[in-house]
Amino acid sequence: MSGYRLDKGGRIDRAVPLSFRFDGQDFRGFAGDTLASALVAGGQMLFGRSFKYRRPRGLLATGVEEPNALVTVDRGPGRVTPNLRAPSVALHDGLIAQSQNRYPSLKTDFGAINDRLGALFPAGFYNKTFMWPRSAWEKLYEPAIRKMAGLGESPKERDPDHYGATYAHCELLVIGAGPAGIAAAMDAAATGGRVILIDEQEEPGGGALADPAQWAWLAESLAKLAALGVTVFSRTTAIGHYHQNFVVAVERLTDHLAPSQAAGPREKLWRIRAGEVVLAQGAIERPLVFDGNDVPGVMLASAGRALALRFGVAVGRAVVVMASHDSGWRDALAMAEAGVTIAAIVDVRPAVSSDLQAAADALGIAVYLNHSVTGVKGRLEVKAITLCHNDDYLAHTLPCDALLMAGGWTPTVHLWSHARGTLKWDAAFGAYLPDTTVENLRAVGGCSGNWNYGDGIVVATLPSPKPVSKQKAFVDFQNDVKARDIALAVQEGFRSIEHIKRYTTNGMATDQGKTSNLNGLQIASETLSKPVTAIGLTTFRPPYTPQTFGALMGHHKDALFQPLRKTVIDDWAAANGAVFENVAQWRRARYFPQGRESMDAAVARECLATRERVGMFDASTLGKIEVVGPDAAEFLNRLYTNPWKALEPGRCRYGLLLNEQGFIIDDGVAGRMAADRFHVTTTTGGAARVLGMMEDYLQTEWPDLNVWLTSTTEQWAVIAVQGPKAREVIAPLVEGIDLSPEAFPHMAVREGAICDVPTRLFRVSFTGELGFEVNVPAEHGRMVWEAIHAAGQEHGIVAYGTETMHVLRAEKGFIIIGQDTDGTVTPDDAGMNWAIGKKKPDFVGKRSLARADLVREGRKQLVGLLTRDPAVVLEEGAQIVVDPAEPVPMTMIGHVTSSYHSAALGRSIALAVVAGGRARMGQTLHVPMPGGAIAAEVVSTVFYDAEGSRLDV
Amino acid sequence: MLLIHCPYCEEDRPEVEFVNGGQAHIARPADPSSESDADWEKYLYIRRNPRGRHHERWRHIHGCGRFFNAVRDTVSDRFETTYKAGEPAK
Ligand SMILES: [Zn+2]
Repeated sequence: MSGYRLDKGGRIDRAVPLSFRFDGQDFRGFAGDTLASALVAGGQMLFGRSFKYRRPRGLLATGVEEPNALVTVDRGPGRVTPNLRAPSVALHDGLIAQSQNRYPSLKTDFGAINDRLGALFPAGFYNKTFMWPRSAWEKLYEPAIRKMAGLGESPKERDPDHYGATYAHCELLVIGAGPAGIAAAMDAAATGGRVILIDEQEEPGGGALADPAQWAWLAESLAKLAALGVTVFSRTTAIGHYHQNFVVAVERLTDHLAPSQAAGPREKLWRIRAGEVVLAQGAIERPLVFDGNDVPGVMLASAGRALALRFGVAVGRAVVVMASHDSGWRDALAMAEAGVTIAAIVDVRPAVSSDLQAAADALGIAVYLNHSVTGVKGRLEVKAITLCHNDDYLAHTLPCDALLMAGGWTPTVHLWSHARGTLKWDAAFGAYLPDTTVENLRAVGGCSGNWNYGDGIVVATLPSPKPVSKQKAFVDFQNDVKARDIALAVQEGFRSIEHIKRYTTNGMATDQGKTSNLNGLQIASETLSKPVTAIGLTTFRPPYTPQTFGALMGHHKDALFQPLRKTVIDDWAAANGAVFENVAQWRRARYFPQGRESMDAAVARECLATRERVGMFDASTLGKIEVVGPDAAEFLNRLYTNPWKALEPGRCRYGLLLNEQGFIIDDGVAGRMAADRFHVTTTTGGAARVLGMMEDYLQTEWPDLNVWLTSTTEQWAVIAVQGPKAREVIAPLVEGIDLSPEAFPHMAVREGAICDVPTRLFRVSFTGELGFEVNVPAEHGRMVWEAIHAAGQEHGIVAYGTETMHVLRAEKGFIIIGQDTDGTVTPDDAGMNWAIGKKKPDFVGKRSLARADLVREGRKQLVGLLTRDPAVVLEEGAQIVVDPAEPVPMTMIGHVTSSYHSAALGRSIALAVVAGGRARMGQTLHVPMPGGAIAAEVVSTVFYDAEGSRLDV
Repeated sequence: MLLIHCPYCEEDRPEVEFVNGGQAHIARPADPSSESDADWEKYLYIRRNPRGRHHERWRHIHGCGRFFNAVRDTVSDRFETTYKAGEPAK
């Protein structure tokens, strides 16, 4: 209970008291407070438990660098956000927050046993211990660690909030609204152009907010910026800098308000393209590393200063400052003037400037030069510290209730690094500073090393009579990495900071090492006796601070996550009970159950009806490309394996498309509508890819060809009418086309009308039955579909879905690209050499078909499989072996690609790719499954109507 | 996000409107059948991976749809220039 509210001072509005709850306990604060400042004002020094050792932890900082004080804020159902940094949570009336990583309570935590057993948890502990045995890992370690580990708890309810996203463009973007950022914005605004100034805090001002002497200037400057038309955003964090000054920022719109006051999107993602970017992000104070530096009440001097001067809160009644930098003295003096009792200033340096010394003397503050803190008494709060003289280690105890660390400053170069600006080591600052960049980017103020905080020295660890290996001296507070862990990593042979980081996890927590990276580097440097620059620096990556998934997703969720394409017949399918499946981005009817029919029963019924009578199928998702021009036939001839030039207008051909490597990538029927016009179809999923490939060859390899390509996928609705009664069904609806077999043979296309709308009528079959594919302009698709359905009633027509389509084509051995092929299947592998124009000198992929590996013996070939037990349907993807008794690992010679129950055949059928498959006809192979191996005979891929007589009607 | 100058649209447009098409200026042999296995392998698979200046293809897929070529520095990601397909390498 050391913190308290000062009688006066701060930017808080004492006329607006707020009440809030923390861990079920009532607290009071004022407008302008953060959760952190109000809790410290209420005497709460214990904020959470550490990640690994469950050590009690308090507030370290008052900025986004805070590693310890992570809280969960509860704004109602679905609005529970874990891992918020208490100093970044604006206080509002009725705020409800909980501490994390404690069970059952903050003061008593069972996991704290880890701290007593700390010697068992050295660096690399996880790597070393959990290597073996595997069973113990699965049963013992992992469940225990999962229970203990993690920061906060993931929300389990759906987030009811929505999140906005927008773009902005400006000549100048300034990131950070401290004095340097404001000055940069002011300069630019005076010369005209759009200027945006963003800042992550509740109000602009940065460091000036903790310096009342600058408040008048601040107010004046902000008014001036407004008058100059500068756009200023508060509560907006620039989370990443990307190429060519593209900065992504997240604006928090409602979390600072009571839930009842919140309206509109919770957060907004800004994508800002700026002509020039000025980074004015300031610097982060560095903790000092000594035994007990993590006891609640030990914090950064800058935090003590901000609490006192910005929030009117004293961190303790007897505050000691431990400094290696002048800024600690200045903070101590400013706090003393604000009414905080400074019990002592300790400095590791033997001497400081006389004016600092004189100022401390004038305020009656005890000063210990050439001294270090070597121990902290107290567990849940600071009770006293041990001081040692650096030379003789003469120790004495100093009672106090707060200890502030001033270890110097680390410029915030995160966004500079995102922009891949280079950094140079500055020994005087003991920090990396921005050096060169290819972007139109500048760093100003503290983050450029241009500051006026005074002098200091860099110390890796404070001098102590106790060896580092015996100290609980923390470097990374959030990940519980001690100085001795880094020393141990070095002893164990790690040399690069990238390796030391991963072995110790230093800097790998959600704060990305904002307070720990440089101290870790210094310790490694000292242990290795090598300069810091020889150890390297880990790379900063976006986001600068953790963000909600909501902000990053914006509107891209639910139906807007990915467009769902629906055909014009989709509504009819839905109204008629279709069960849907998604194919590529399309929603397709999978089957049409009648009543409580199962999928198997529905598919069997649809299959039999199509084979015995007639079925209709919505094939509108087929990719369609109109290939037009005098060279259209030449173009297709060069692209597809098949010959096209001799194809007469009015005829169709099945086209097989390879990539240049010789593998099948797409297929489809193309109809020649005229000498210079083809109606090309592609697979449903391949439409965009095939069009892209066509454009590529046309534009870059064969610009001499006079050909135009147009995607017509969505312009045509396609209704497949298949089965022995197909002709009878459509005949009454068709005009201007002679449907007789003589006039309109298989693989022909005619133009005419159906239901009084124009049609391209294809006589094609993906079922092996007499079949037509009715293409009509999409706006007429639903009408024509219903007309065919009505006309088919007297013939017993059924609508069928993709599942029946799959079974019917598999019965005929027709492949599905991407199911029976996988990008490594050649035409010969698929048994489709018939589709290759033998006389063609060239087509895409032809040369590769002669490569040694593509003609070798033993390649996997597509075959049919019939299980010995006709009732057993193989699993698609199941592996195939010759000898089911072979010890594991067995020799796998292929796998099942398609497998169904065939109603027409009254048994199961399967397609598979098998090494040397066609030479194995009649052999029995085996498919090992958990229940035992399944025997199956290798057969032809065509299971039904091998002669094709059913087409010929 | 990169800004890319489409030489057909003559505008700087954001990267999301484009797709990268791999190394530029690899012409498909006029008569692939006469290529040796080694030369065909080179055509299919062998690509440069330079540190620095790199010629590559881009397509303004969500714009004019045209393929063009670019010189990009693979270290800085900066585009030195973009030019129409068919023009000689810059
Ligand atoms: Zn363009």
